[in-house]
Amino acid sequence: MAKAAVPVEKLEPSYLDVSTNKYKKGILSWILSVDHKRIGILYLVSMMAFFCVAVFFGFLIRLELIAPGKTIIEAQMYNQLFTLHGIIMIFLFIIPGLPAVFGNFFLPIMIGAKDVIFPRVNLMSWYMFAIGGLFAVASMLLPGGSADTGWMFYVPYSVRTTTNVLPALTAAFILGFSSILTGLNFITTIHRMRHPDMSWFKMPLFVWSLYATAWIQVLATPIIGITLVLVGIERILGVGIFDPALGGDPVLYQHLFWIYSHPAVYIMILPAMGIASEIIPVFSRRAIFGYKYIAFSSLAIAFFGSLVWAHHMFTAGMSDAAQFVFSFITFVLSIPSAIKVFNWLSTMYKGSIKADPPFLYIMSFIFQFSIGGFTGLMLGALSVNIHLQDTSFVVAHFHYVMFGGTGFGIFAAMHYWLPKMFGRMYNLKVATWAWAIVTIGYNALYMPMFVMGYLGMPRRYYDYLPEFQPYHVASTIGSWILIIGLIIMFTNLYIGIRRGPKAPMNPWGGETLEWKVQTPPILENFHEVPDVHAGPYDYSKYEAKKETTK
Amino acid sequence: MSSTDHAAAVHQVHRDDYGSRLGMWLFLFTELILFGGLFIVYAVYRFMHQQEFHLAAQELNTTIGLINTIALLTSSMTAAMSITAMQKGNLRFSKWLIWVTIGFAFVFMVNKYFEWSAKIHHGIFPGSKDLLAKPDGEILYFGLYYVMTGLHTFHVIVGVIFFLFILRQIKQGKITSDRYVRLENSALYWHLVDLIWIFLFPLFYLIH
Repeated sequence: MAKAAVPVEKLEPSYLDVSTNKYKKGILSWILSVDHKRIGILYLVSMMAFFCVAVFFGFLIRLELIAPGKTIIEAQMYNQLFTLHGIIMIFLFIIPGLPAVFGNFFLPIMIGAKDVIFPRVNLMSWYMFAIGGLFAVASMLLPGGSADTGWMFYVPYSVRTTTNVLPALTAAFILGFSSILTGLNFITTIHRMRHPDMSWFKMPLFVWSLYATAWIQVLATPIIGITLVLVGIERILGVGIFDPALGGDPVLYQHLFWIYSHPAVYIMILPAMGIASEIIPVFSRRAIFGYKYIAFSSLAIAFFGSLVWAHHMFTAGMSDAAQFVFSFITFVLSIPSAIKVFNWLSTMYKGSIKADPPFLYIMSFIFQFSIGGFTGLMLGALSVNIHLQDTSFVVAHFHYVMFGGTGFGIFAAMHYWLPKMFGRMYNLKVATWAWAIVTIGYNALYMPMFVMGYLGMPRRYYDYLPEFQPYHVASTIGSWILIIGLIIMFTNLYIGIRRGPKAPMNPWGGETLEWKVQTPPILENFHEVPDVHAGPYDYSKYEAKKETTK
Repeated sequence: MSSTDHAAAVHQVHRDDYGSRLGMWLFLFTELILFGGLFIVYAVYRFMHQQEFHLAAQELNTTIGLINTIALLTSSMTAAMSITAMQKGNLRFSKWLIWVTIGFAFVFMVNKYFEWSAKIHHGIFPGSKDLLAKPDGEILYFGLYYVMTGLHTFHVIVGVIFFLFILRQIKQGKITSDRYVRLENSALYWHLVDLIWIFLFPLFYLIH
């Protein structure tokens, strides 16, 4: 790719060289910078560090489960590991993953702005992220042992256990605040900072998905904030709120928790869908099919996603009428997701597909997300849910959507945009191999969980009956393949960023604004914003060429 | 605002008062939802324990609650007036009105202090033997009473801190008669504090 014939541009100093504050170089010029691009990189680095830790915990959990009984760790340690794995992956990796890293970096460029509207609030939200991360680390290292409640902090156990639940709650609360500030910043930026010629329906679809995500971040996160505060107050002061010994209702806690945490999965998946909507037209050389349907389906997901939380609690005790309604809305919710999938496939139809790594990751994304989505419908059906509730089928479903969906979306975004962000290209061949290994390992890891969950393997159990062992062995071997793939992928990207050949301005042939600025971008992105009248996915020149060659 | 004005405001001057207010409104939404979670908890427990909530509510002093309501409502007015004074260029009057607002906030907090200490004196506080001897509904009522009014008072304190910053910035000349969006946003926040109290007052003091 790097060899493509590009006129040798005279490069201006990029954002990597020009500091926005008095520190010209070094760490202070980064952690005190209000430049949206530098803040995006700060998020990228911190997020990747947490991701590696959580992957390691996941590896240990899988290794423990390779045989029944104790294999390498004690049961208590196992409980703490799956709790930390959940907390870190959710609050420190997937939620900030796409909006805070790639949203921060590319949202202003994609709408023709010089920065987000509140740059200092943006930096503050990174600090909140970092402080929240420190609390999460503190909960691991402080005496007393890290939290063993699962990432859901269900009461009354989270009020009674002697482990460090409080630092973990504080971490989640502060990270929620960080997420709110990012969402607030993005909504205001999209409303106020768009280039005057960029009307709502000329925005790239990634921006639409960030917009829908930002509304969920702003409207849903406060509920988890107050709920975690209540659990904390209950722990410290013994105020009676959820603890049944003091008259409280633990099921009410579950409701409040899921009122946030179900919409939160759309905070995680919507931006990944936005990435898919960016990458598919670029690598198919076709205008996106059904632009408005994709844009509005994001908003529909954000809206209906807020009304289905109790489908996590069908066995917790609810009226039949409520169960029916929540199950019904869950099924309605699958419609906008399906609309997106069909539109992506229609975009590819008769396109000139170029199967570069970003596109390959998106293919895995669609495959795995569809499996995750269908199994989600199975779980949303009341009768089936009774059978599958709290089995590893749920774990598999969740990971198919969150890791197979969002995680692969993040990998796709990395392969798509890192050359733009750092100005250097990674090795495409190695990246393709890494993709194949990651995809195979991933499916080997989670597919057996569907089967054993269906056969009755409970989730979160330390020990199991011997008849489940073949599935566990397959799954654990899958985790090894996956980790090998991840190591190859990250090493390749890292070497590419450091020593790869110079990346051209537009390596993939994208038409959105970020491909019309210098690689890497200059400090305030543009001298003059290019013409945006044609809209973000104008591939008419390619399509016209195809007509004439026919 | 036409699109060219918009571009001028954003791309050259780096100042967008409308955008700042929009950001503040979004933040206020999050605050409303934060308290909304508590209102849900209150509604559920009130529904489950109607009799006991009824009994417990009679222990609160409606007069103190009323004085606090009047203090906060009036302070909202003085906060709004200080914006108008600022718009008209009367900086001294504007500052004076902010001080009055802060004064009302202190009236509120002093009242709250006496109210809480009276409760604690009577042995009604989280974890106390007297409270735990009461039925579940009353334990929940007083738990919510402390949490909700406590969280609200915390917001009063934050509002006062905002206003102290505003006073400092007026002194430094950063807030003037044509650049007062920070004052506006602080007053918006203050109205939210007031608004939440308007709901807390009937829920705890008036519904018997």
